[in-house]
Amino acid sequence: MSDQDKISCEEVVAHLFDHLDGELDAKRRADIDRHLEECRGCCSRAEFERLIRQKIAALGSEPLPPTLQRRLMMLLDEF
Amino acid sequence: MNDRRAFFCSEIERLAARLYGSALRLTRNAADAEDLVAETVAKAWAAFPQLQDLQCFEKWIFRILANTFVSDRRRKREEPATREAEADCDQFSLYEQLHQPFLLWWSNPEQELINKLLREDLEQALAALPECYRTVVVLVEMHGHSYAEVAEILDVPVGTVRSRLSRARSLLQRALWEQAQAAGLWPMSPHKEHAGE
Repeated sequence: MSDQDKISCEEVVAHLFDHLDGELDAKRRADIDRHLEECRGCCSRAEFERLIRQKIAALGSEPLPPTLQRRLMMLLDEF
Repeated sequence: MNDRRAFFCSEIERLAARLYGSALRLTRNAADAEDLVAETVAKAWAAFPQLQDLQCFEKWIFRILANTFVSDRRRKREEPATREAEADCDQFSLYEQLHQPFLLWWSNPEQELINKLLREDLEQALAALPECYRTVVVLVEMHGHSYAEVAEILDVPVGTVRSRLSRARSLLQRALWEQAQAAGLWPMSPHKEHAGE
């Protein structure tokens, strides 16, 4: 890989969330992954954002209240 | 038919906690979230004969939930999901607030704060977001929709989804930072430490 193929820390930060959201094409994704393997600062930042994202995603699951449980059971029985 | 019905019921059972969780984040109200999940399940059953690829069930039903939420909000005109909140929002990065390169080898303030953040801290920060921002966070980070899919659901350009997400994350991280400071979770600011010495 030549130096021309390498991307800067600024580019990595600019595309970090696109990367975490799976929005990058294979080439750009590979460029960023390679940079993250070599750059401690960007790797640390990427890991931080990934963990925050993971914690936010975990809010998307909640135990069902009994009222909704009963409602869904009645609904499914009707189908 | 019985096989498909059994499949449908087992998938609802498997996904119910996630359907309710994201409905709760979208509506911020338990009664509305229950209605949204029940309406989603009823609509999904009615449309189920048209679903060819059963492997797409999960993505399909979360999309029904999102569409139902958005069209319900538009109908009620309570707080239009498509209207941009004109929040004056400078980009804010929690990482940049916390990161102290000179501590790199013997301390990790970023990790410390993440460990201290409680679920309720995150719930509070997410609930405080204007609806147009909260919606894109739920659709991308919880449902796993692509930007293009979110753009279609919300009927906005992909660029708008990207800019709303960026603002949402900035507002969310600022709220977490302010909450952490207010709760005394983050006393390690160099200024505070020095002031106290």
